[in-house]
Amino acid sequence: MKKIYILWLRQIKRYLRSKSRIVGSLAQPLLFLLALGYGLGGVFQQAGQGSYINFLTPGIIGMSIIFTAIFTGIEIIWDRQFGFLKEMMVAPMSRLNIMIGRTLGGATVATIQGLIVLAISLLVGFRPDHWSGLPLLVLFMFLVALLFTALGTMIASLLNDMQGFQLIMNFLVMPLFFLSGALFPLDNLPRALAIVTRLDPLSYGIDAFRILLISAGHYGLGADLLVLSTVTVGFLWLGSYFFKKIQI
Amino acid sequence: MNQIIEVKNLTKKFDDFVAVNDVSFSVNEGEIFAFLGPNGAGKSTTIKMLTTLLHPTRGTVTLDGHDPVRQPDLVRRTFGIVFQDPSLDDELTAWENMEFHGVLYDVPDKLRWERILQLLKFVDLWDRRKSLVKEFSGGMKRRLEIARGLLHHPKIIFLDEPTLGLDPQTRNHMWAYLKELNKNEGTTVFFTTHYMEEADRIAQRIAIIDHGKIIASGTSAELKQQTATSSLEEAFLALTGETIREEAATSTDHLRTMRRVWRR
Repeated sequence: MKKIYILWLRQIKRYLRSKSRIVGSLAQPLLFLLALGYGLGGVFQQAGQGSYINFLTPGIIGMSIIFTAIFTGIEIIWDRQFGFLKEMMVAPMSRLNIMIGRTLGGATVATIQGLIVLAISLLVGFRPDHWSGLPLLVLFMFLVALLFTALGTMIASLLNDMQGFQLIMNFLVMPLFFLSGALFPLDNLPRALAIVTRLDPLSYGIDAFRILLISAGHYGLGADLLVLSTVTVGFLWLGSYFFKKIQI
Repeated sequence: MNQIIEVKNLTKKFDDFVAVNDVSFSVNEGEIFAFLGPNGAGKSTTIKMLTTLLHPTRGTVTLDGHDPVRQPDLVRRTFGIVFQDPSLDDELTAWENMEFHGVLYDVPDKLRWERILQLLKFVDLWDRRKSLVKEFSGGMKRRLEIARGLLHHPKIIFLDEPTLGLDPQTRNHMWAYLKELNKNEGTTVFFTTHYMEEADRIAQRIAIIDHGKIIASGTSAELKQQTATSSLEEAFLALTGETIREEAATSTDHLRTMRRVWRR
């Protein structure tokens, strides 16, 4: 337990110390909120859908979580290249526990990042329906963060260096984000897009955020929870399977 | 004498390149053993197989009676290692790196803090314990790695070119400490180095590996006698030839540049 805790603590400390990373990773969500939120706000309102900022904020929270989570998962490649992974790999500790400690740490970091974006969105004009869903919201955020940190870990275990990183950003993270319903409502979508959004686990996360923040959802909280936890367990399992196979 | 490390017919292939080729040797408990060879001879690959980081293609390894492939956790408890490449976390402080290591190796709180104090003082880094490792010079990082490798008082300590880039003061200091540990606790020391004079002075037994094969082993005196030379350096050159070995740039080198660009 203590070993998992110290691995978790390491992730948190690294996060808190990289001030430039925190600021940098908040600029993008802020830009999305301002440019899209206000740029498309008028059109959205005219279409009878209400405030776009309110609609968009859960999506942008989801965006910052998925980016941070996948990134912290992928950081294993750095640990590997800069040697610290060796230090962990020769320690008397199971690979599974290393993976668990790191993933919990990465997921915590991503959740914090999501909460900061929520705070920023309030400054930009986001008004949630009510705050009673907040504890449940944090729980869902953590679940989404866990899912994508595990995915990042899985990818990192398969890659040898950062050369593939751009590829992952463009062919995995970006599509996951854009096809998740973060930016548009999931109702009345063209059939193909509707299918794709249903396959994207992030859709369910953002759907849950929307239910809890602005009482407007698509799949329902129960369905979201079921899909997210199933996929998370699956990714954790796959992640630890590939992580165990790492040789240095 | 009890053999704490036993290697039999060990082979490691990467695709069609044979890095370690049918190597057999053993190290006695409490011995100081030097593993010498030119760059790219297979030293680090062998150490990785001994320390559970790589699986052998063929052959068997036993460390303190355990098999690194089948009982990795038992094996991991028996050794400490100072790697050739840095393996510290740059974003943590010196003290945190030590603490992290101590917790992973189940060193109890009080004992751990005592030893961290003692070891950091020993490598002259106690005053810098709260500094981030990324602010350290190469020599300081090296000293910290050595201190860390000793923290859990392992039965066997592997040192892969531990003295590279260290000044003579630190080098002597370090060997003095290791010899103490060897004498008082019977710690087996397994090290590689390019300083022949160091191997000559410290090691009780030496094995020389080249092109993945062990080409000679014995005490320093035996090696000199075998090659009819007067120093270990000459014996080494006589055995391995004078050609300079090339080592390809690794992806790590590219990545180091990349990270520098990436992080502000």
